[in-house]
Amino acid sequence: MIETFAALAEPNRFRIVELLRTSERTVGELGQRLDLSQPLVSKHLRVLKEAGVVEVEPRARERVYTLRAKRLREMNDWLDRYREIWDERFEALEGLVSAMEQKERSHERRRRKNNR
Amino acid sequence: MSDDAAKTTDEFSTHVERASDRELVLRRTFRARPQIVFDAMTKAELIRKWWIPRSRGVELFECTTDPRVGGAYRFVFGRKGQPPMAFSGVYKDVVPGARVAYTQIFEPMREAGEGLITATYEATPEGFTRLVQRELYPSKEVLDGAIASGMEKGMRETLDQLAVLVTEL
Repeated sequence: MIETFAALAEPNRFRIVELLRTSERTVGELGQRLDLSQPLVSKHLRVLKEAGVVEVEPRARERVYTLRAKRLREMNDWLDRYREIWDERFEALEGLVSAMEQKERSHERRRRKNNR
Repeated sequence: MSDDAAKTTDEFSTHVERASDRELVLRRTFRARPQIVFDAMTKAELIRKWWIPRSRGVELFECTTDPRVGGAYRFVFGRKGQPPMAFSGVYKDVVPGARVAYTQIFEPMREAGEGLITATYEATPEGFTRLVQRELYPSKEVLDGAIASGMEKGMRETLDQLAVLVTEL
């Protein structure tokens, strides 16, 4: 899962994924659209393939790449759950401390009133 | 959006950024004075009330703290019917209402080493608390693992893009 994520964090690889979203493509096509050399595109595609994000199919003399949508969906679901943990903790903490603050303030007001 | 507008909407949300290979920084402002936030994050009976996100189906089986320099803490948590996991460590620096630093070991990965967490509590003009929590991980690899939790800023942008992309698949 972490590898999948790291694979997508590189901007050119993310652009490859975006391009594959609309259609399957060859290495040459991707290189042209991204203005990258073929060896570089191949290198990025290898990382994406190892991470399970893309699939390759040899067709005639070309290698055609497609996106594995299921893998991306799984990863997104998994990451979403984790992303929320700290925010959820801090939301709960905010509820607790703001209630404690209100309570202390009303105690102080009462104390001041009684001392008057 | 002006900087001021961004500040008012952002201040009470959780910010996370990767400060280095091994360091994450969390920021958040709370609507209470520093002493209260400090207490809520160091006293066991208060930590029990917020540390486990309620929606997760996870329980906090044990929570002990001794927030003095050299004092220990341990949180044991998990799902019913599964082996419990624990975070533990020792307090290195304690200034009530202002600052706390402690080591942290994730016991199931003890061999990964010890992290160091430093939290500072700064009073804002409104009498609220600006928390900055620096988490220094034992290694880049351990932080990369923690980052899979999607907390680091650059990564979060990737995630947001990814979320949009996934809805369109």
